Amino acid sequence: MLEYVIQRLAISAVTLAVISLIVFTGVRLIPGDPARVMAGTEADAAGLEEIRQKYGLNDPIAAQYLRWVGLALRGDLGESIRTRETVIKTVSRKLPITMELACLSILVALAIAIPVGVLSAVRRNTVWDYVANGLSLCGLSVPSFWLGIMLILFFSVRLGWLPASGFVSFVENPAGNLTRMLMPAFVLGTTLAAVLMRQTRNSMIEVLTADYIRTAYSKGLAGRAVIFRHAIRNGLIPVVTILGLQMGALMGGAVVTEQIFVVPGFGRLIVDSVFTRDYPLVQGVVLITASAYVLINVLVDVSYSLLNPRIRIKGAVNAR
Amino acid sequence: MRGDGTAVASSLPTVGTRDATTTLQRAWRRAARRPPALAGATVVILYVLLALGAPWIAPDDPLRTDWGQIRKAPSAAHPLGTDDLGRDVLSRVIWGTRISMQAGVFSILLAIVVGVPAGLVAGFYRGTFDQIIMRLTDAWLSFPFLILAIGLVTILGSSLTNATLAIGVAATPTYIRLTRGLVLGSREEDFVQGARALGAGDLRVMGRHILPNIASALLVQATVSIPGAIIAEAILSFLGLGVQPPSPSWGTMLNAAQQFLESAPWMAWWPGLAIFSLTLSFNLAGDGLRDWLDPKDY
Repeated sequence: MLEYVIQRLAISAVTLAVISLIVFTGVRLIPGDPARVMAGTEADAAGLEEIRQKYGLNDPIAAQYLRWVGLALRGDLGESIRTRETVIKTVSRKLPITMELACLSILVALAIAIPVGVLSAVRRNTVWDYVANGLSLCGLSVPSFWLGIMLILFFSVRLGWLPASGFVSFVENPAGNLTRMLMPAFVLGTTLAAVLMRQTRNSMIEVLTADYIRTAYSKGLAGRAVIFRHAIRNGLIPVVTILGLQMGALMGGAVVTEQIFVVPGFGRLIVDSVFTRDYPLVQGVVLITASAYVLINVLVDVSYSLLNPRIRIKGAVNAR
Repeated sequence: MRGDGTAVASSLPTVGTRDATTTLQRAWRRAARRPPALAGATVVILYVLLALGAPWIAPDDPLRTDWGQIRKAPSAAHPLGTDDLGRDVLSRVIWGTRISMQAGVFSILLAIVVGVPAGLVAGFYRGTFDQIIMRLTDAWLSFPFLILAIGLVTILGSSLTNATLAIGVAATPTYIRLTRGLVLGSREEDFVQGARALGAGDLRVMGRHILPNIASALLVQATVSIPGAIIAEAILSFLGLGVQPPSPSWGTMLNAAQQFLESAPWMAWWPGLAIFSLTLSFNLAGDGLRDWLDPKDY
């Protein structure tokens, strides 16, 4: 087990190194002169040169990369060109908002996906199953940003029940926070719910045909007890994996959702930093996103092998 | 083996044609058993026709502004209403089909053209090349799809071509992974060993034996990823990073609609419904195609 974890971490370290290279070159490839952005339009040649000196923009590209990685490893990702705030500080201010949104949307997704998925597996090929499948297909196909606009149109503009945008911190005003997070969380959770529902249904169907389920039935257990005590426990293991694998999609979805509902989170930060050509911020934010995603994937793999002893062997690495 | 089949068919035309009709009939019978998939495929085809025939089908010029017709509700003259610059929404939705299809199909085509050969070679030869490719796709896949696409568009600049390129590049690793996995699964199969025993070279084994064998799985993946690419283009354009106004992209139309939800909600309905119905149809058709191509289903 330990060997497996170490092996996964080693591979991730290589992946992270490649990522840092991609991010660094990527940001260098963005058209436009960073010194010009930092200095503003009225700066003269001397001013530009001063900034280039200060930020080491004249150094060879390899030296710039090594310096950036060295600082990044010590937790220093530089500071935003526009606000002068350190990247780490900006991110730690924005991240909790997006984390809350993500957690709420995962809750929404699970609350929809698990009951519906289990129901449609147990009542396979009935009307329930068809309706559930239709819903999940719609959930997979609907463009989330349009769903968001439609929800605003209906619940905010027409009915006036929910505020369309804005954000208040949970600490200051829990009720206000939750009413404003409700629609974004639902929008972000829709696709996830559809994906998880399909997975729940498939793995429950597989589990329900297993021998030990037949044994449970034949020893006289009631249907409900079999499903809740025996089937769900194993049936939900793959759902955990899929949930982990969907984190990337969730991060991408957060970008769009936060844009529509004007939530000042991490996703909006990404778009804003791209639009304002705030290079250090873009660089840092993308690096953090990718690293987080890599780490989540390691956690998923490890938790998967903990949940399912059968694959706790070397095979798991090769299978990827 | 495929070559032999064609040779027989061309030397015996009558037998060949009869064979073809029965195969077609059988295929049709199997398709007809899945009404949702059939309906999905029909709608996709309709959208393709709409995209190709936009100049002749659209009742109006999608770019023509009319200051006397600003944000008019749907009427006989403008069945889907007009937008904030007095343009006909129906015509814009029809022309938008072209942009969405272009972005969806060409980006995935790019991903296939790059990804499939790379995955084929990596899976076939294994070794160092495989390791390098896999670490690269690992890193590539560590960026959430949309964030990668946003990053690439930032580097390339905002336009339809660049959005298509960015989505294609972002989708490529999926095809490398998928192809590699499929190749690994089939390279030890008997038919590959057989081809080798008959003296087939690496290229021939890959191109004539393995590729046809994995093509259906790749086709299914394509029908699943095209709707994803269509949504991605709409999102990029919605964020202002893709197609630029005044071009009638469904994403830019939705972006404009956001400001007029109270006075002109129809501006938001139609482009979104268009995306939704197109992606839903693609997914229905893709689900059907997967079952349909599954040999166990006969």
